[in-house]
Amino acid sequence: MTALGRMYSSRREMDEHVFHPAISLLVPLVAVFAGAYLPKLAPWLMILDLPLVVVIFFSVARRSPISGVMTGALVGVLQDLLLNQPIGINGMVKAVVGYVAASISLRVDVDALATRVVMNFSFCLLQSLMLLGIYQWLLRDANVQTRWLHELLRAGVNTVVAIPLFFLLDYAKQRA
Amino acid sequence: MDGFFARYRNALVLIAVLVVFTIGLAVQVRRPDYGSREDGKHVRVFRYWAVALVSPFERVFRATGQGIRGIWHNYIDLRDVRRQNEQLKNDLNRMRLYQAAMAEDARQGQRLQALLEFKQQYIAKTVAAQVIGTSGSEQSRVLYIDKGIADGLKPDMAVITPDGIVGKLRDVFQHSAQVLLISDTTSGAGVVLETTRIRGVLRGTTDGRLRILDVLPDSRIKPGEPVLTSGGDQVFPRGLKAGVVESIGQDRNYALVTVKPTANLARLEEVLVVMEKGAVAPEQVAATENEPETGARGEHLPQLKPETPEEAAKNAKEAPLPRPTPAVRQDTYSPGATPSAATLTPGARHDNAAAAPSTEAGGDQH
Repeated sequence: MTALGRMYSSRREMDEHVFHPAISLLVPLVAVFAGAYLPKLAPWLMILDLPLVVVIFFSVARRSPISGVMTGALVGVLQDLLLNQPIGINGMVKAVVGYVAASISLRVDVDALATRVVMNFSFCLLQSLMLLGIYQWLLRDANVQTRWLHELLRAGVNTVVAIPLFFLLDYAKQRA
Repeated sequence: MDGFFARYRNALVLIAVLVVFTIGLAVQVRRPDYGSREDGKHVRVFRYWAVALVSPFERVFRATGQGIRGIWHNYIDLRDVRRQNEQLKNDLNRMRLYQAAMAEDARQGQRLQALLEFKQQYIAKTVAAQVIGTSGSEQSRVLYIDKGIADGLKPDMAVITPDGIVGKLRDVFQHSAQVLLISDTTSGAGVVLETTRIRGVLRGTTDGRLRILDVLPDSRIKPGEPVLTSGGDQVFPRGLKAGVVESIGQDRNYALVTVKPTANLARLEEVLVVMEKGAVAPEQVAATENEPETGARGEHLPQLKPETPEEAAKNAKEAPLPRPTPAVRQDTYSPGATPSAATLTPGARHDNAAAAPSTEAGGDQH
C-alpha cells in the first residue's frame, strides 16, 4: 500500500481521499445532467436522485464535514436552479446530508457494502423528511403531501443504483 | 474564543450555510405564486447559467440518440443483408436506405400535418419546439424546450399538443425555455366540463395527477366527461382539450374530481407554443377574460402579471371599439340599416324605407 509509505497520525487521515479537480467538477455536473435527461427517456427514472448519491459519496470519501457541507450546498443549488422552486431548498437539505455523512464516516467504516446500503437508504429517507419539514414549516406550502410508501421505494431504488456507482467512483479516489 | 471556533468549526460552517439559505428562501418566497410565475431578474440570471450549462449536453445527447437510432436502423440492418445475399447488396442497401428515409419522412409528414391541422383549427400562430430535458426531480414538474427569446417566446405563453394542453412558459431564456406542466402543484388552468358546463380550476397534485378544485358535488359529473379549457385564465385559448374526468370522490363539502390529461405529459417529444390566440370570437374572449376564474371557495388562479399604468393605457388604445348589441327589432336607426357612404350618389334620392323594407312594414303593422 502506498499509504504505508507515509506517516499518518490517525485512521481518519489514512482513510481520507481526494479527487482530481476534473472528477470533483464533472461527476456532480453529470449527475445533475443525467437526472434531468434520463426521465425524458423513461419517465419512471424521475425517482432517481443521482445528485444525492454523489453528495453522499464525496462526503464520506473526503471525510471532512466542511467539505461535505460545501459539496452538498453546491450540488443542491445546482439542482434547485433547474426547478421552479425557490433556490436553496435542495441546497439546505444536501448540505445537512453532506455534513452528517462526513461526520459518520469519521467513526464508521463506510467502505463496507452493508454500511453503504444502510447509509444510502437512511440518507434518502432523511432527505425526504427534511424536504417535508422545509415545505410545511418553512415555506408553509399546503399542497405538500408525503407518500411514505413512495419515499421508501425511492430510497430503495436509489440505494440499488448507489452501490455500483460507489464501486465505480472508488476508482477515482486518490489517497490524501 | 479561538478554541471554541476551532472545536465547533464544522458545525458553525453548517449553521452559517443554513442561515444563508434560510434568508435566501425568505427573500424569494415573498413573491406570491412563486412556482407559477416568471422569476425575478436576479434569480433568472442564476437559472439562466444553470440551463446554459445543462441544455447543450441535452441537445447533444438528443441528437446523438437520433444518430445512434439511425445507425442501428440503417447500418446494422444493412450489414445483415450483405451476409444473406452478396449479389443484391448494393440494391438492397439503396432500397433500405431509401425506405428508412421515406418512412422517417412519412412519419414526420404525418406529425407535421397533424400539427398544422390542429394549428389551423384553433390557434392563430404557434411555434413548434422540441423537448430537451426535465427538472430531474419529482419536486417540480417542468420541462425544457429548445426555443427561447430568439424565437419570440415570452413567459406565460400556452404550451399545447394536438392531444391537449401541456402547460405554460415560466422562465424564457435566449435559446431555451422552462415549461411549467399542468401537473405541477403550482400550476393552474381554468377549465369547464364539456357537457355539464361546470367551471373550475385544474391543478396538479403532489403525485403528478390533475384535480379540479372546489367543485360542489353534482351527480351529473360522470367519469369520461371531457374537460376543456375555459379561457378565463388568460393563458390557454378557450375550448382546448385538457383531459377527461377519471374519478369523482368527496372531500368534506366538495367533490374531488380527478382528471386524466389527454396529452401524454410523461412522454412529450414535440410541443407547440401558442404565440397568438386568434380562433376564438373576440366577443367570447372579452366575455370570459373579464370574469375571474374562481372556485367555490373563491380561490383565484395564478394570474398574469398586473398591468402597469403604461401597459393599461397602451392596451386601451389598441382595444377594438365596443360594438353595439344587435337590435331585437330592426328600424332605420339600427346599426347596418343605413347604406354605406361609398354607395351613395351626390344629389340622388335615397329611400331609407327601401333599405329596410321589412322593418318599416313591421313598424306599420304595430
